[in-house]
Amino acid sequence: MQFKTYAKTLAVALSLAVVAGCSSSGGTQEGNMDGTAGTTSGQGMTTGQGTSGAEMGEQMPSVNTIYFAFDSEEIRPEFESVLDGHAQYLMANPNTNVTLEGYADERGTREYNLGLGERRAQAVEQYLTVQGVSPSQISIVSYGEERPAVEGHTEEAYAKNRRVVFSY
Amino acid sequence: MKRWLFQGWKTLAAGWLVSLIAWICIATTAQAQDLTIEITRGSDQAIPIAVVPFEFSGQGGLPQDVAQIVSDDLEHSGQFSPLSRSALISLPSSSQDVFYDDWKRVDARYLVVGKVEPQGDQYRIQYELMDIAGSKRMLGETLTSSDGNLRASAHYISDQIFEAITGIRGAFSTRIAYVAASGTGDNARYALYVADADGHNGQQILSSDDPILSPAWSPDGQKLAYVSFESGNSAIYVQNAATGERLRLTSFPGINGAPAWSPDGRKLAMSLSKDGQPEIYVMDLASRQLTRLTNNRAIETEPAWSPDGQSLIFTSDRSGAPQIYRMSAGGGQAERITFTGSYNSNGRFSPDGKAVFMVTRDDSGYHVAKQDLDTGRVTVLTDTQWDESPSVAPNGTMVIFATQQGSQGVLGAVSSDGRASFRLPSPQGDVREPAWSPFLD
Repeated sequence: MQFKTYAKTLAVALSLAVVAGCSSSGGTQEGNMDGTAGTTSGQGMTTGQGTSGAEMGEQMPSVNTIYFAFDSEEIRPEFESVLDGHAQYLMANPNTNVTLEGYADERGTREYNLGLGERRAQAVEQYLTVQGVSPSQISIVSYGEERPAVEGHTEEAYAKNRRVVFSY
Repeated sequence: MKRWLFQGWKTLAAGWLVSLIAWICIATTAQAQDLTIEITRGSDQAIPIAVVPFEFSGQGGLPQDVAQIVSDDLEHSGQFSPLSRSALISLPSSSQDVFYDDWKRVDARYLVVGKVEPQGDQYRIQYELMDIAGSKRMLGETLTSSDGNLRASAHYISDQIFEAITGIRGAFSTRIAYVAASGTGDNARYALYVADADGHNGQQILSSDDPILSPAWSPDGQKLAYVSFESGNSAIYVQNAATGERLRLTSFPGINGAPAWSPDGRKLAMSLSKDGQPEIYVMDLASRQLTRLTNNRAIETEPAWSPDGQSLIFTSDRSGAPQIYRMSAGGGQAERITFTGSYNSNGRFSPDGKAVFMVTRDDSGYHVAKQDLDTGRVTVLTDTQWDESPSVAPNGTMVIFATQQGSQGVLGAVSSDGRASFRLPSPQGDVREPAWSPFLD
């Protein structure tokens, strides 16, 4: 465990030194940015664009982004099926890890928005672990208002930027 | 407790390993960028001053119009209103050639004259400041400069004139750091720049495919702490602005954000969420020891030290919305200090410690505001809509901040009384996250 930490630290430090100009490379991809969510359902049982029950756990869910209301980290009922699909997938594949990327819209200060993005990712993490996903499969990164999915100062843009992205 | 200690040692050891390896020079590619100031609001109380073009006795022209730079500096401060050159009645180059009675007919209270002589590959600059109503010379000095230093010499002259007239130390020779961002998605590029306070001579000191934010100057003006996502998560780095040498100071799980130097430069306050949610911590830079100051199920971030180093302000949404709180630098109970409006964040002290500049939200958007700490009175300083990241000049006369002009991120500046403002748009891409340096000598 300790060795792993050192090895990781060493690897990061070396890559820092090696990459020309010491600029970073890559970063995680956001995957498909599917703008629309599943259909709204008070029951939270809709399949929406998520994976249907029969396939659950076998295939990686196709929808990997869920959206949030302004200043809220509450999971909206229409996204529960998406989260259920990811929970099934992660439980069926215990060696698979996911990074939950939390984001906020641009309103407000950047550092505070890092906190808002993290809260959203933590809400998703809690939902998944309640379903039975091992916390060790989940890590969280908050980007806050950085790396917006959609540019612009409109309500539509804000709604698409308040999100959590599953990054496998 | 034991577990905590163990974790602490592990982190400390890992930190040293990173230091050893990461103290490797960053290639400071000579990416240059100039931001150009556009005045957006002039003060009705600005002091009229005549700055006469400096006489040049060499061949050709001066590579920099020193008098124009001085005139621009004074105008940007919001405290002076320089006469246009066409309004000058004569072009004296020394106080001996000035006929005060003639200048008294011009609407100017002060007069600046000067001359530049080549001396080998250097220049000898002589300037003088006169009080027109008092018919007297207030200031005069001779300095030596070179091609590359003419702008710096001009800023120095501006500093002397500003202080002689206002009694306040000039901040024209200071610098600003800011983040430039361009492209979206996979094409996004971020860069950290350091430029003169007037936006000129911008030099890129870091570039990345991942976000950079929250640059903060060390009190000696040598180093910048900032947040970079280049490792895949937020991490706090400290970089020498001149040499590019840097180290990664923190990379805990969760948020590593909002670095703020203590006035003595020995500690760094920051926001870390390693224990669940963002809390305020102070790191002793020599020992790397962390002290946690807050403990709350809320977002606590954006710490800033009072100028005497005795207390910290920070943003917390423990009341349900972001507000600014103040606590002793040693920890303890935090006291809420903002009560006007439903959103106040990113507080920064004035250099005299008597006021806090912050971002406040009202019906028309997010603005820079100033709160007097004795009276609690809040003055909204800006009328732009998307203002954030205020940073105060070391003499307290101006606040630089990030805002939007159309769809472009630009830097704005406003005088601390709100009377004068200007903006610094970038020739391309967005600029944001400005940080005003301390005095640099």
